[in-house]
Amino acid sequence: MNFLREALDLQVQVDAIGLGAVFALMAVGIGLVFGVMRLVNFAYGQLIMAGAFALAFASERDWPVGVGIGLCFAVVLALSLAMERVVFRPLRGQSAAVMLIATFAVAFLLQSIALLWFGPLGKTATSLVELNRPVEVAGVDIRKITIVAIVTAAVCLTLLVVLLNRTSIGLHMRAAAIDAQTARLLGVRANLVSTVSVLIAGALAAVVAVMLTVQFPTVTPTFALQETILVLAGVVVGGMTRLLSATLGGFLIGYASGLLGGALPSSQSQYLPSFLFGLVILVLLIRPDGLFTRSRGLVERV
Amino acid sequence: MRAGRAAVELLAPVLLVVAAGILGAFVSTTNEIYFITALISVSTVVAIYVFVGNSGVLSFGHISFFAVGVWAAGVLSIPEAEKPATMPYLFHFLSTTTVGNVPSLLIAAAVGGVFALLVGLPLMRLSGLAAGIATFAVLGITNNLLRYYEKIGPGLNTFSSVPETTDLVQATIGAVLVIAAAFAYQRSRFGRQLRATREDPAAARAVGVSIYRQRLGSFAISGFLAGLAGGLYIHFIPINVDAVYLDLTFITLAMLVIGGTTSLWGAVVGALFVSGLDSVLGEMEDGMTVFGRTIDLPSGSRIIVVSAVMALVLIVRPSGLTGGREFSLDRLRAVAAR
Repeated sequence: MNFLREALDLQVQVDAIGLGAVFALMAVGIGLVFGVMRLVNFAYGQLIMAGAFALAFASERDWPVGVGIGLCFAVVLALSLAMERVVFRPLRGQSAAVMLIATFAVAFLLQSIALLWFGPLGKTATSLVELNRPVEVAGVDIRKITIVAIVTAAVCLTLLVVLLNRTSIGLHMRAAAIDAQTARLLGVRANLVSTVSVLIAGALAAVVAVMLTVQFPTVTPTFALQETILVLAGVVVGGMTRLLSATLGGFLIGYASGLLGGALPSSQSQYLPSFLFGLVILVLLIRPDGLFTRSRGLVERV
Repeated sequence: MRAGRAAVELLAPVLLVVAAGILGAFVSTTNEIYFITALISVSTVVAIYVFVGNSGVLSFGHISFFAVGVWAAGVLSIPEAEKPATMPYLFHFLSTTTVGNVPSLLIAAAVGGVFALLVGLPLMRLSGLAAGIATFAVLGITNNLLRYYEKIGPGLNTFSSVPETTDLVQATIGAVLVIAAAFAYQRSRFGRQLRATREDPAAARAVGVSIYRQRLGSFAISGFLAGLAGGLYIHFIPINVDAVYLDLTFITLAMLVIGGTTSLWGAVVGALFVSGLDSVLGEMEDGMTVFGRTIDLPSGSRIIVVSAVMALVLIVRPSGLTGGREFSLDRLRAVAAR
């Protein structure tokens, strides 16, 4: 009962929704690239890590906030482009396992470069910490960053929906996601589509980097690694075949993580990952194709 | 002729491993460590291969079977007098039971196998990405529990004062046994049925193969072998639970993929190749003299080179160094004649 009361607490709810919003953005970044290229990008967290280091770099030199955020976007977008060119593009058409392991390698490559460059203790990004201060809304203390996160996520998702549904490049991306081969035959340029999707995913990674560094100002080489693992699980739990279900899955696991983290008694909070992973396994066993996907009917057998 | 070819397929990896063992006996004690590490890597990677290679299903969870092997062998073979100091909250029967070297290895393997069987019972119904994520979730839970539940082990502390019994001889015997088991499995009717489901699930099902049952069996065997490898490892170096998590998962999968996922020969070649590369780079980090020139890499660069090599192999040769095929004299001759 105590657990329920804690979980229904407005404060916990708001924080959980804030975390869910950030996770949903990461889920879009992973889901978009998966949709277009059938590639699970394990290295997505390292893009966020790189962006966070850019922010820390700027903040240590007392550069203005805008410059820091600009640097963060530049670094993440450049890395995304390089990744697409050097790794993703040559692997197009390979099996999902090969591509996943290749991004595994990229992830460890970036992480060990960061370790070599910045050391295991990392750096701190402090230029935006005042966003951690709470404002009082209807008797609940809400940290400013939570509001910023929810609004930013809503804006980003709306922009993405407009892009996908109202522009021709969006149409091409949706076509490639449904059937890449037919789309190419009909004149959709595969390279352009994959570049654009990687760039959008990169921009979202930069946004996530900005918001995560506010909450966790210490940037280490494993920054955002745990979050990425959870989001990957969330995306598969939600259903990778559609962007919407992947996003919902990401939001859900962020929300569950925030809720459990806020409501578990402190003696058990260290087992939070076990609870979350246990939930993931349970959902996958019941709905292996995803929680928010319609059942596919018969499995193709020939 | 067919028997001859089969013998070659088994002998090639065994001879390679034994050669590594013998070579290791002639180097200095500091370098001997590299050879023992490489041989334990062979056991681990071959254990993973038994499931991943034969079934074609990706598993990120095998290091959890390795980890419970480490835990079982470690916790049971620390001398009773030492246990209260490092593990004060241990369950009574764990703190009063101590076993010798070989029994602890067998228990490690058994615990790994039983754990894999229990995990596999529900999980083997999944395939593709869902299976990958679910096995990963198992790894996360295993790490989380071993890390904080101090009634079963040292938590985040190192498993200290485990008798260091894994020497070159034991590591070699272990690797040869694991290879022999993997070979026997993949030539058995169960192994062949599983490989059939890998190549064409629909056709395999049509001739009456139960995909679920074959995957489960292979998962349990592979967990058994991974547990054994974990036991060998903890008897070699004192480690803590975080040493058997993401990094080890990455490096062992890298070895398997670089060698060639679908063959035993590939698993062995990949493990030895990456271990060798890793050792040489490790030496270079400490400063190594080659042909009168000293190479001195900054520390931490070995993992950079290993991951770069892995990405490169995947881009240039997605089926691995061996192409995912077993060793064959005929092909060797064909290559030589070209």
